Amino acid sequence: MPVLASTVVDLARLQFATTSIYHFLFVPLTLGLGPLVAVMQTLWLRTKDERWLRLTKFFGTLFLINFAIGVATGLVQEFEFGMNWSVYSRFVGNVFGAPLAIEGLAAFMLESTFLGLWIFGWNRLSPRLHLATLWIAVLGTWLSAYFILVANSWMQHPVGYKIVNGEAQLTSVWALLSNGFALRAFLHTILAGLIFGSTIMLGVCCWHFLRGRQVELFRKAAMLALIVAVPVTLLQLIVGNRFGEAVTSAQSMKIAASEAQWNTCQPCGFSLFQIGGFTKSDPTPSFSITIPKLLSYMATGSFSGQVQGLNQLQRQERVKYGPGNYMPNIRVIYWAMRVMAFAGVLMFLVAALGAWLYRKGKLERARWFQRTAIATIALPYIAATAGWILTEMGRQPWIVQGLLLTSKANSPNVSTTWLGISLAFFITLYVVLGIVDFVLMRRYARPDRPTTSEELPAPAVTY
Amino acid sequence: MNLENFWFVLIAVLWGGYFVLEGFDFGVGMLLPFLPRDEDERNAMFESIGPVWDGNEVWLVVAGGATFAAFPAWYGTMFSGFYLALLLILFFLIIRVVSFEWRDKSKSPGWRRVWMWANTVGSIGIALIWGIGLSNLLSGVPLDSSGNYIGGFWNLFTGYTVLGGIAFVAVFAFHGANYLTLRTVGDLFERSRRAARRLAIPAVAVGAGYLIWTVVVAVDQNDKDVFPPVLPAALAIAAFVLAAACVYLGRNGLGFTLSAVGTLGVVATLFTSLYPRVMVSSPDFANSLTVQNASSAHYTLAVMSVVAAICVPLVLLYQAWTYHVFRARVGGDGLSGSPEASADSPAT
Repeated sequence: MPVLASTVVDLARLQFATTSIYHFLFVPLTLGLGPLVAVMQTLWLRTKDERWLRLTKFFGTLFLINFAIGVATGLVQEFEFGMNWSVYSRFVGNVFGAPLAIEGLAAFMLESTFLGLWIFGWNRLSPRLHLATLWIAVLGTWLSAYFILVANSWMQHPVGYKIVNGEAQLTSVWALLSNGFALRAFLHTILAGLIFGSTIMLGVCCWHFLRGRQVELFRKAAMLALIVAVPVTLLQLIVGNRFGEAVTSAQSMKIAASEAQWNTCQPCGFSLFQIGGFTKSDPTPSFSITIPKLLSYMATGSFSGQVQGLNQLQRQERVKYGPGNYMPNIRVIYWAMRVMAFAGVLMFLVAALGAWLYRKGKLERARWFQRTAIATIALPYIAATAGWILTEMGRQPWIVQGLLLTSKANSPNVSTTWLGISLAFFITLYVVLGIVDFVLMRRYARPDRPTTSEELPAPAVTY
Repeated sequence: MNLENFWFVLIAVLWGGYFVLEGFDFGVGMLLPFLPRDEDERNAMFESIGPVWDGNEVWLVVAGGATFAAFPAWYGTMFSGFYLALLLILFFLIIRVVSFEWRDKSKSPGWRRVWMWANTVGSIGIALIWGIGLSNLLSGVPLDSSGNYIGGFWNLFTGYTVLGGIAFVAVFAFHGANYLTLRTVGDLFERSRRAARRLAIPAVAVGAGYLIWTVVVAVDQNDKDVFPPVLPAALAIAAFVLAAACVYLGRNGLGFTLSAVGTLGVVATLFTSLYPRVMVSSPDFANSLTVQNASSAHYTLAVMSVVAAICVPLVLLYQAWTYHVFRARVGGDGLSGSPEASADSPAT
């Protein structure tokens, strides 16, 4: 029953895509807003300037509302490997399970316990100790991201393993933890988090400027947001590019697909936009805008580098792995890559423009920019989603690159009925959570809330 | 002890830690609709577990991750087999997580009531289903020769497993009431004490019944002798009986300690009854997953052992410190309980 089988796999994939993309709408803001709040609280302690305390509480509350859903949806991810992908779980558990377990023990414990101390510790801990609890929680979130990316990167670029009796066994934990792919992915993700944090902070500040509320207070936050946003958005463009080189060597097919590059080229131009050219029968775009030699540089680090084409790679893989189609969905991958890259450039431009206006002292008056900055809040979400689509769909048909096919990795005993029920369940629950979260975030970020520190509640939970 | 056995014990410890710690959080959650007379008391109950519940829940995350790493076959079979049950657990986990963070985000009574009930329903649901789920590991589920679960959702419900679920709920409710007697003041404290007394007898009765039945199932279904499973079972029953006695004698601290020991005893009884299997197959007993055939290779277990040796003591240390920081009773000391107090003082 090949048709039925593919339905099960498709449903399981759809479910994983839905739940992990959703989870990752909340994770990067945790990664990025956490350190920004910690910096604000540090500044308060250093300067004794009351305004930093008010900003700490203001953004701390947003941080915690967001954090709650990140935790809740993270549990789903851990369970889902076993529930929907039991063959995968048995195949990779030796290797992939280790960083997940370490994440729980070394990172998530730290994050959860110390965040609890921070939320409730305002009156019970000395100011310095209380600040330390937040920094430790932030460290926990970053460690957590590292271990999860170690696990994911092993799926992209397996290292430090051998295959014994049809399962992958770990041979070097050091190779696993120092996987170049993982280190680059970690840097890329942390920068993404900081972009989330600073972009959203800038947007919220501009919302207050636009309404003329608390301008004095939010100018300080806007300054901090811009100090972070300008370098990290720029750095991300460079790091993202370097990351591309790592992908080229580990997953040539992913890069060829992300450029819809059907035949090997040297040097290769980078296509900014194209119409058509996404299928084997129609490999040449009817319209395209191309920058000469740029793809060679992005993929190999040299303007004259060679990039292998989809057709050539398909032939190689067929020789290596047997008959089958080893290409991902070209159209989706091509556009995911561009949406991510264009959003990245736009966020840098907005940040740079904001910094320039701030230096000129015009940020509080430039209403057109304020509206732009508020709209820019959507961009990191779009970029991160596109980035994960590129990473995960670009690896197809593999679930572990070169080792296990996605079509053979699902739970054989889980039926389409169960999958249908769970998918409907997650979508319904996540939509409700998303709406409530959005309403709460908006309410706590909006300009007409009480503003003195007596009226502002301590970050979130006081019950 | 070889590494496979060590990891079997460690996973039992992680489950034990989870149920001892989250157990009282669940109990507090279950009592939310019944104990408080007003919003202040309800806030105090939330605050009694507010700083610690998240850290407590991570014990589950770690137990899950450790099972994935140390016993991939067990993880794959259990999670795909108990599919709909785990889906329900996820639902209860999620509504409970957000109830903690979202309840105080509005003054609207309706809003607060919704999230209070979300916490209560979540707490009962999670306890019930884990009780049923873990009991199934022992009483046996249909597995095929490649270790896949071939039953349906309703296979998970038998007299024994349902009693397991009820026992978890009853024991945690009692454990939670004991916790509240240590963390509350005034009227709420009095009512917590009364609740602990009322819950003591049912918790002891259901808990003891479940423990005895567990030993019987171990002998019947899992080819075990009465000894050793009877040992932790007897210890747990003794702990629960003594906990009940302490509650009636007004020795609340000792009562809480003993209900924690009893909870650990329940987990110990289950895992002792399981060993050397991790998931019993019934009717085809030969298809059972064992500590040996479900485990990871030596190297992974060795690496994980080093990590656990460093991290577990550290976690225990800083979580213990958290309980020390928040040892003060909630609701009456002016330091906590009311949002105003918390909001003011950092500014002053």
